[in-house]
Amino acid sequence: MAEIGTPVRRREDYRFLTGQGTYTDDINRPGQLYAYILRSPHAHARITGLDTGAAAKTAGVTAVFTGKDLADAGVGGLPCGWQIHSKDGSPMQEPPHPVLALDRVRHVGDPIAVVIADTLGHARDASELIKIDYAVEPAITNASEALKPGAPLVFAEVPGNVCYDWHLGDPAAVDAALKSATRVVKLDLTNNRLVPNAMEPRAAIGDFDRATGEHTLFTTSQNPHVIRLLMGAFVLHIPEAKLRVVAPDVGGGFGSKIYHYAEEAIVTWAAAKLRKPVKWTADRVESFMSDAHGRDHATHVELGLDAQNKFVALKVSTVANMGAYLSTFATCVPTYLYATLLAGTYTTPVIYAEVKAVFTNTVPVDAYRGAGRPEATFLVERIVDLAADELGVDPAELRRKNFIPKDAYPYQTPVALQYDSGDYFSTLDLATKASDYAGFEARRAEAALRGKLRGIGIATYIEACGIAPSAVVGSLGARAGLFEAAAVRVHPTGSVTILTGSHSHGQGHETTFAQLVADGLGIPMESIEIVHGDTAKIPYGMGTYGSRSLAVGGTAIIKAMDKIIAKGKKIAAHLLEAAEADIEFKDGNFSVAGTDRSKSFGEIALTAYVPHNFPHEELEPGLDETAFYDPKNFTFPSGAYVAEVEIDPDTGTLEICSFNASDDFGRIINPMIVAGQVHGGLAQGIGQALLENCVYDQATGQLLTASYNDYAMPRADDLPHFALSTHATLCTHNPLGGKGCGEAGAIGAPAAISNAIVDALKPVGVRHVEMPATPEKLWRAIHQHKAAA
Amino acid sequence: MYEFNYHKPASLADAAKLLAGEEVKLVAGGMTLVPTLKQRLAKPSDLVDLAAIGGLKGIKEEGGGVTIGAMARHAEVNRSADVKRLIPALAALAGMIGDPAVRNRGTIGGSVSNNDPAADYPAALVGLGATVVTTKREVPAEQFFTGMFETALGQEEIVTAVKFPKPQAAAYQKFKNPASRYAIVGVFVAKTAGGVRVAVTGAGPCVFRVPAMEAALGKSFSADAIKDIAIPDSGLNSDIHASAEYRAHLVNVMARRAVAACA
Repeated sequence: MAEIGTPVRRREDYRFLTGQGTYTDDINRPGQLYAYILRSPHAHARITGLDTGAAAKTAGVTAVFTGKDLADAGVGGLPCGWQIHSKDGSPMQEPPHPVLALDRVRHVGDPIAVVIADTLGHARDASELIKIDYAVEPAITNASEALKPGAPLVFAEVPGNVCYDWHLGDPAAVDAALKSATRVVKLDLTNNRLVPNAMEPRAAIGDFDRATGEHTLFTTSQNPHVIRLLMGAFVLHIPEAKLRVVAPDVGGGFGSKIYHYAEEAIVTWAAAKLRKPVKWTADRVESFMSDAHGRDHATHVELGLDAQNKFVALKVSTVANMGAYLSTFATCVPTYLYATLLAGTYTTPVIYAEVKAVFTNTVPVDAYRGAGRPEATFLVERIVDLAADELGVDPAELRRKNFIPKDAYPYQTPVALQYDSGDYFSTLDLATKASDYAGFEARRAEAALRGKLRGIGIATYIEACGIAPSAVVGSLGARAGLFEAAAVRVHPTGSVTILTGSHSHGQGHETTFAQLVADGLGIPMESIEIVHGDTAKIPYGMGTYGSRSLAVGGTAIIKAMDKIIAKGKKIAAHLLEAAEADIEFKDGNFSVAGTDRSKSFGEIALTAYVPHNFPHEELEPGLDETAFYDPKNFTFPSGAYVAEVEIDPDTGTLEICSFNASDDFGRIINPMIVAGQVHGGLAQGIGQALLENCVYDQATGQLLTASYNDYAMPRADDLPHFALSTHATLCTHNPLGGKGCGEAGAIGAPAAISNAIVDALKPVGVRHVEMPATPEKLWRAIHQHKAAA
Repeated sequence: MYEFNYHKPASLADAAKLLAGEEVKLVAGGMTLVPTLKQRLAKPSDLVDLAAIGGLKGIKEEGGGVTIGAMARHAEVNRSADVKRLIPALAALAGMIGDPAVRNRGTIGGSVSNNDPAADYPAALVGLGATVVTTKREVPAEQFFTGMFETALGQEEIVTAVKFPKPQAAAYQKFKNPASRYAIVGVFVAKTAGGVRVAVTGAGPCVFRVPAMEAALGKSFSADAIKDIAIPDSGLNSDIHASAEYRAHLVNVMARRAVAACA
């Protein structure tokens, strides 16, 4: 029985594809009321008057609550889970983040009041009767502009809108190295703001059982225990034992469903207050203006090279947009998930990064698929390509010259991380061969005959996944541990329920984890049930993000299975009247080594629960074990992507001719699911490179891309065939050797596409094109060159 | 959405009577109206659904051209053997509208009555010199489309069909908005008995013809003939998706491609 490594079809897909999933909005509680949240139409305004009287008297309305009601009831603000310290040692600015706005709104979509009624229609009708007097104030949406003297202040108490001014590395060493470098390549670039756009909009249902005093929150979350902790401890002051958080089927997250959102607290609090279940479901426009956004960096980068074209120093200065409030993990994204990745796949000996995090009148920004690592990869791989161009050398060769050698692991980077394993040469070889990199110039020439501009682009990437060692993140300011938990509950007849702290919202855990268990315990997949997402069932676990579920959650399952097997051996030794040391466990059988005497896993399970003949002195009955696993290090997936594009100079339209991705994910459990993860990541990475862009009106702070009419999501016909390959170096510190695959595509694709574009536009003298590289941008770049010629 | 009264009359006469009220809206395919209602951007008192009225559906060959009933779906026009045979460019255009869901609900009558500045059909109607048939009269397409989301329709007047004459040759070239898939610029070129017609959608507030191109193409029907005819960008649409300057440029490129596709 070797389930590991085989493309087992996803067990969850039958229910998802036949419409039988149970998402939060599918859940209805008896007597349920509906919440509509009134949101600010202004980017920045003082609320000078707020009258809910007429709304509260409307037909069907049970209650209207404002920020004052919540504050009067002692409801706390939404907490930030990671404290960053500035260069000067001072802690970051952490202004209050009220659940409902009090006297001021700070972005379009900032929640102001909630109307609770018997139908959503009634709630919404009533919301239009709420009278609000706004004193509109100047808004600032661009982070670089927000740093300028005289810019409007998002918080009066935060000077210059600066949340923190953080750095990593030795500036003097970097400046000295740049000074003595033979060549310094410089570039200014932005990493465009994105809206995550999970297929399922966020939803939340609060419920309260008056008899038991138990609160229940059903929510679209990637990590129900984290929500229970944050909401219970900081916002609503409900002890964990009286608060159950259920994240049922969840339709995509990409990071945006990690965070504790206002609506979760609102419905939980209101349900208890009204003694009625309260449901809230976002519509798509609401999602655009209330789900945490991603990216939004402006960066200046300098790379120094010596006469042998070796990288000698990298200097990075970034302005990161935080939005109007600090979302749960916003502060760690442009720091410890970003600057620590700036070594990339290279031996750059000294690196310095400084990051200013800035408040603006925009939706809060937080981790989005890749979270910091796409931003780091984009700038490293763009500056490396630019260096190759300036030097007139092959970008693949320049990369190989500077790659961390295969025999250098463990490799300590100058930016804190220690890579445990990797082989960047092999993935680059695979991707360049698959794309016939060597034969490209002939294709460029052939395209030119057709009047097209053809280019090829390489990006390599490294990511820190399997987030994360608790001790490390704790020392860096995290206010949470980042272990994972799992329980293996063996039933009397030998079937097994796995209770995991990881959460599947599209990743296929019900299949992958079952494969692990099938192999580990030697039982059929049909005997294994994977349970996740309910704090009343699963042990305290941290959830799914940062490509951590297999490396951390999967390892917790293995550790729990190890305990099951160890106990099983003791039971088997008793039944078989052999020494425990002589019991072997293989393919679901406990046997006495060198004999044909054995007991099946099922027999051992039955003995554990019907312990008539049982070593009671030595063992407790039952077969039910929990393990907590805290990883020793991050895992370091890596890879090389090669994109080939063709641009029509008449219109600027771009076609992706080929896309070859070669990844090192360590050991792969289910190659089909991994390919699916890569496809999805690539789609989002290509989306960022070519299509997706969150745009605010600079003058008014209005969100101009608040629906799919204006926000261009990648669709199937925007994407090429993806040619995938893998080359594994195993993670050295988890028993699976697994590294994580969920974010890779989104991390590597933007630079590969951008490098291909710049390569295509080389004949017209283009050095850089900002993302998304829309047809008009490309046409302008070509057109301006023609005009100048 | 706000509450409204729903009517599903069985005849055009009944429908027209219902239109006499204030804030009454017709529902054809609902592909623009329903999202607008859901977002509470419109508050009609009454909706009059045309789905039960006989005679508004169907596509038929008539007088050498095709007559398309107002309630014909885009997918039906796209698949129609008659349209494909007589005006293949029109069938192809219908297949470029929105996405499959929109094409299977949206109707030609709804589209032309709405006159979205970025919709595809207005380019075909004006480019082919079609005639809009209403409950009261027949209106040449150019006089029907009067401005952004505005038409010549009177309050109690309902589009019943569109009559398309068969051109000698025609082609539509569309530069899609990557987000909405409406036309950033769409150009319909037709060689007709009355001369060459070039109609542009998406670029301006309302579909328009390009007389300079039509004249040049009348003399020499080739892409080269219009290569140097620039469209002034003043008055063209400019938004986060495309500037007026880029749209003006695209009109020329799409027109040349449409001419080439006619050959």
